[in-house]
Amino acid sequence: MSSCCTPEPIDLPSGPRLPGRIHTVALVGPPNSGKSTLFNRLTGLRQKVANYPGVTVEQRVGRLNGIGRPDLVLIDLPGIYGLDSYSEDARVAVDVLHGEMPGTPVPDAILLVLDSLHLRRQLMLAAPVLALGLPTLVLLNMSDLMEARGGQIDTLGLAQELGVPVAKISATRGAGLDSINQFLNRKSDPDPSIVANKIELPVLGNLRSYRQWAQGVSSRTRYKAPISNQTTKRIDGVLLHRIWGPLVFLAVVFAVFQVVFAIGQPLSDGFGNIINAAGDRIAPLLGHGWFESLAIDGVWRGISSVLVFLPQILLLFLFIGVLEDSGYLARAALIADRVMRAIGLNGKAFIPLLSAYACAVPAIMATRTIENKRDRFATILVAPFMTCSARLPIYMLMIAAFIPNKPILGDFFGLRAAVMLSLYVLGFIAALATAWLLKSSILKASSAPFILELPQYRLPTFRSLSLRLVDRGKVFLRQAGTVILAVTLVLWILSHVPFHAELQSSIIGHIGHVIEPLIRPLGFNWKIGIGLLTSVMAREVIVSTLGTLYGADPTTHSLGLQAALRHDLTLGGAMALVVFFAFAMQCTSTLAIVRRETNSWRWPALQFAYMSVLAYVAALATNQIITAFVR
Amino acid sequence: MVAIALSSFFEAETDVDFDLSGAWKLSLLSELPIGTTGVVESLDLPGEIQHHLMHMGFVPEARITVVRRAPAGDPTVYSIDGFEVALRRDTAKAIRVREYEAK
Repeated sequence: MSSCCTPEPIDLPSGPRLPGRIHTVALVGPPNSGKSTLFNRLTGLRQKVANYPGVTVEQRVGRLNGIGRPDLVLIDLPGIYGLDSYSEDARVAVDVLHGEMPGTPVPDAILLVLDSLHLRRQLMLAAPVLALGLPTLVLLNMSDLMEARGGQIDTLGLAQELGVPVAKISATRGAGLDSINQFLNRKSDPDPSIVANKIELPVLGNLRSYRQWAQGVSSRTRYKAPISNQTTKRIDGVLLHRIWGPLVFLAVVFAVFQVVFAIGQPLSDGFGNIINAAGDRIAPLLGHGWFESLAIDGVWRGISSVLVFLPQILLLFLFIGVLEDSGYLARAALIADRVMRAIGLNGKAFIPLLSAYACAVPAIMATRTIENKRDRFATILVAPFMTCSARLPIYMLMIAAFIPNKPILGDFFGLRAAVMLSLYVLGFIAALATAWLLKSSILKASSAPFILELPQYRLPTFRSLSLRLVDRGKVFLRQAGTVILAVTLVLWILSHVPFHAELQSSIIGHIGHVIEPLIRPLGFNWKIGIGLLTSVMAREVIVSTLGTLYGADPTTHSLGLQAALRHDLTLGGAMALVVFFAFAMQCTSTLAIVRRETNSWRWPALQFAYMSVLAYVAALATNQIITAFVR
Repeated sequence: MVAIALSSFFEAETDVDFDLSGAWKLSLLSELPIGTTGVVESLDLPGEIQHHLMHMGFVPEARITVVRRAPAGDPTVYSIDGFEVALRRDTAKAIRVREYEAK
């Protein structure tokens, strides 16, 4: 989809702030401590994602609905290892905790989430956080797992060592969360039994002393680390095996596509039939005037041509969600590192590039895990070449209309699938070639480090997956309901004014004819030209545009969209169109996010120009070659 | 030939026994074989990367075990404080470790 993360205003606490009472709670913790799971658990669906002003760090704020405290605001800070400003994430965390982040309420309490499986290291973050002096509750997450694997900790002893309350929880199971409620209800009165002991914190800013302190605290509290996860080791023995590893990797990538097309396609078709049947039922109720034409030919056709892709898009996001939550994506990054290095990127770019198959916008946001700025920019610039789900509508439309479904390898793999696959490969090659070009020219850098933490394997929870899908689905529907609806309406009006005129002589007809000479060599007619213009906003808009334009044309009105296209375009022009879409940068949301992530208009402008030229040249070549051969 | 090869092999063994640090040998993290454990001695990396690694537990005196190599032979997965972290050879080369030589 083209827009995934429209910033929304965040509900900030209102009303008088009573001194000594807790209004805003900050969730602090190292990466992979289960912080996000806890955040989802505590806030439920009432959360908002935006960006902190001026930086590229994501701000997640929600109300504590999950534990029945919607009066309190919970801020999820980025996962950090320390509070010194070694990274943008850490700088944001420090600013929020000090109350110096504009637009973010000042936290008056902290929930510090530590992974109890690795407490010795995780405690290193406790030192600088406790030194802030805010009321803090330390949450030992995954304590059920720790105990099941023979680990132990004296929580009371730890509370005395740290001078703050400590609770064992399990964010995935939702166990022990009442301790959070108790902590928040106690207001900010310190617990006398804990503060009685004078606590000693290490020298601030000295990592070695943090570590010594953390080691000391863990041994004094009789922390026994659980035996290391043999399951993860055993799974890695296969998934990172010299031979099996790459094979599984390829099988996973293949399975994603197979499922999206083999299962997603019939789902989308069925969904489409339902929508069309509903449209046919509604049409007679509206009479036979201009209103019926506007509502059905304009709006309903336009919206439904995009809406049918919802099942497939959700399926793709489900897959990426499962891979990410299970911990496999990190292994995939490890396997991909060698190949990515050959083109000057690192294995971490694999994760954003794979997500870019769903949508470039979250993919570009996911590049934040790449520490090196040049590597990161290169990844951002090539991500839109990956075949995102917004390209699927036009690909599927053109392939269904122009490519016969001849079997190549039995029923399993036909000519249509082959064309679709080659479009994916085309985008992938363009991404690799562009990355190599960038890394050997304007983004040249000495080899950047690759530091990748491998989380333990976990079963993805239904909760977090459904949350993801609801989120994506909402964004898609909002897009369909706003941008696409508006474009469709404007198009319908432009193609019907002046009234009772032929489509050719409507306003849109005139615009189309003006640009026609430019796109004629690509095998496109003026209707496609209009589609190219409207789809600069979002790629999927072209399908609704064509739906509206052909619906408004009396000669093709009675035909289905596919038949109408066959009537109007050659095979060369049709294939040139999909090649054009494989390369062109038709997505204002992506341009906007690139601008935000690179903090400059220079990069999105360069990206747009480069991709447009490439798309034009490639489409021209495609049309000329196919026309020459088919004739 | 075989005798010479064998004797030089044993000489190498005895060399380690007379190492000044006793059973400990200084080497680079990248040189540790799979399954061995070393103790971090020092890091020599650009500021920000070094800081990041130290936050992840790569501080002097931390014990680090070589877990496995990626299918392509690089990067390598290390275990430190029970966490698994993958580093490329280039980065591991900049970390000096004391290696415990099992007899």
